[in-house]
Amino acid sequence: MYTEKVMDHFQHPRNVGEIEGASGVGTVGNAKCGDIMRIYLDIDENQIIRDVKFKTFGCGAAVATSSMATELVKGKNIQEAMKVTNKAVMEALDGLPPVKVHCSLLAEEAIHAALWDYAQKNGIEIEGLEKPKSDIHEDEEEEDY
Amino acid sequence: MERLIYLDNAATTKTAPEVVEAMLPYFTEHFGNPSSIYGFAAANKEVITRQREIIADKLGAEPNEIYFTAGGTESDNWAIIAAAEAYEAKGRHIITSKIEHHAVLHTCEYLEKRGYEVTYLDVGEDGLLDPAEVEKAIRPDTILVSIMYANNEIGTIQPIREIGEITHAHGVLFHTDAVQAFAQIPISVEECHIDMLSASGHKLNGPKGIGFLYIRKGVKIRSFIHGGAQERKRRAGTENVPGIVGLGKAVEMAASTMEERTRKESELRDYLISRIEKEIPYCRLNGDRAKRLPNNVNFSFQFIEGESLLIMLDMKGICASSGSACTSGSLDPSHVLLAIGLPHEIAHGSLRMTLGADTTREDVDYTVDCLKDIVAQLRSMSPLYEDFVKKQEEEK
Repeated sequence: MYTEKVMDHFQHPRNVGEIEGASGVGTVGNAKCGDIMRIYLDIDENQIIRDVKFKTFGCGAAVATSSMATELVKGKNIQEAMKVTNKAVMEALDGLPPVKVHCSLLAEEAIHAALWDYAQKNGIEIEGLEKPKSDIHEDEEEEDY
Repeated sequence: MERLIYLDNAATTKTAPEVVEAMLPYFTEHFGNPSSIYGFAAANKEVITRQREIIADKLGAEPNEIYFTAGGTESDNWAIIAAAEAYEAKGRHIITSKIEHHAVLHTCEYLEKRGYEVTYLDVGEDGLLDPAEVEKAIRPDTILVSIMYANNEIGTIQPIREIGEITHAHGVLFHTDAVQAFAQIPISVEECHIDMLSASGHKLNGPKGIGFLYIRKGVKIRSFIHGGAQERKRRAGTENVPGIVGLGKAVEMAASTMEERTRKESELRDYLISRIEKEIPYCRLNGDRAKRLPNNVNFSFQFIEGESLLIMLDMKGICASSGSACTSGSLDPSHVLLAIGLPHEIAHGSLRMTLGADTTREDVDYTVDCLKDIVAQLRSMSPLYEDFVKKQEEEK
């Protein structure tokens, strides 16, 4: 069902953990749907992502996309990090089963949410970055079960 | 793979070698169509009758009340749709439960679209149905009650005899999906006033693609599959002779080993449950502790998701299943786990392990040892667990 790369990132996820006093933290997803991703960014004064960590509650694809997304943004500046789309994450993993494409979207959103948090804290604007739409608490209120 | 521990016997079982052996001649030398005139083929009619007798005997039924089908799903579809059509003049109301297999639930939904009304009864936190609720739901236009004998996910055994007494007293047909229960626990269609019962071969070390529907004499449901005159004109199609022979053999074997096998399985089941409860924190046993199938264990582990758990168990050679959304192909976790009141996030973290005749204590020990590590590993990367731990620290 999963490619070798997905299995590799699931079995040996890169950058798992937390960053104390992170420059930006973003959490997206919804426990009801079975996926939550949290990304921590450590961004230096030159707007370079020096370190990145993640924690994920979710399926194999959710873990693998989080892991790959952190690899893709590490060492990049924030403009470059903005270009890490869900498509780029999927390609880097050699593809995902159709039902798992939403996991890669979540990974993109998690990066954006962490960048948004960084931008808010520092009073800056990042080109092309909009307020993340996926917030756990918002979702819980919006969805009617 | 060095080691394979198969703990998914509710999904399917290994066909017993004796069953395969019994079937083989019916592919080769005894290949004849039982409806043919010449001797070697017509002899297969007798063979089929013998299997019918074996099965009927285990249920306390008559041989001509057993109708072979392609499996549990066909039996459920047939029983429900044909009963709805046959008793339409009396009414269009059906009663079932929220924790039925999809073979029953989706069939009921199909009938709802065709003008039938279906009451889906709630179950308690333990997964058990209250027979009084069945009685309350019966109306003058109720034509059928369909309640599963034992649940495929959480193993709960329903009070079938009590429900049967109620439906009998009200003159309402009673169907039970006994796919998980048949040959695991003793069943008497007489004592339980069961009018129709579905069962399947591959859940009891028999072959796939064969099952049966028990239809009590006098229940006037018609054919579901139209064609030839097989199965007393009620189920057309050339008989699956090898499958029927395999089913008969599997039933014979399962019945003769039932007492000893289920005693051993329930001991192992309770050992597995107690080790998990002692050694893995923040878990919950789903389904009633006592009124459950001898081979069923179902746990929810907080803060983690089922598919991840299954993949990691698979890497250790352990086969199990989960009620998480990712394994169901939809966004919602198992309807059974939601019906017993689990929040979505807890239902996503469920794990079902169903033991078999070959499961050993070593298998159970190895599984719990692996499970402990895997749950800890997945929690260490779960944001839900991180939040929980931080909240606990704050409260201190």
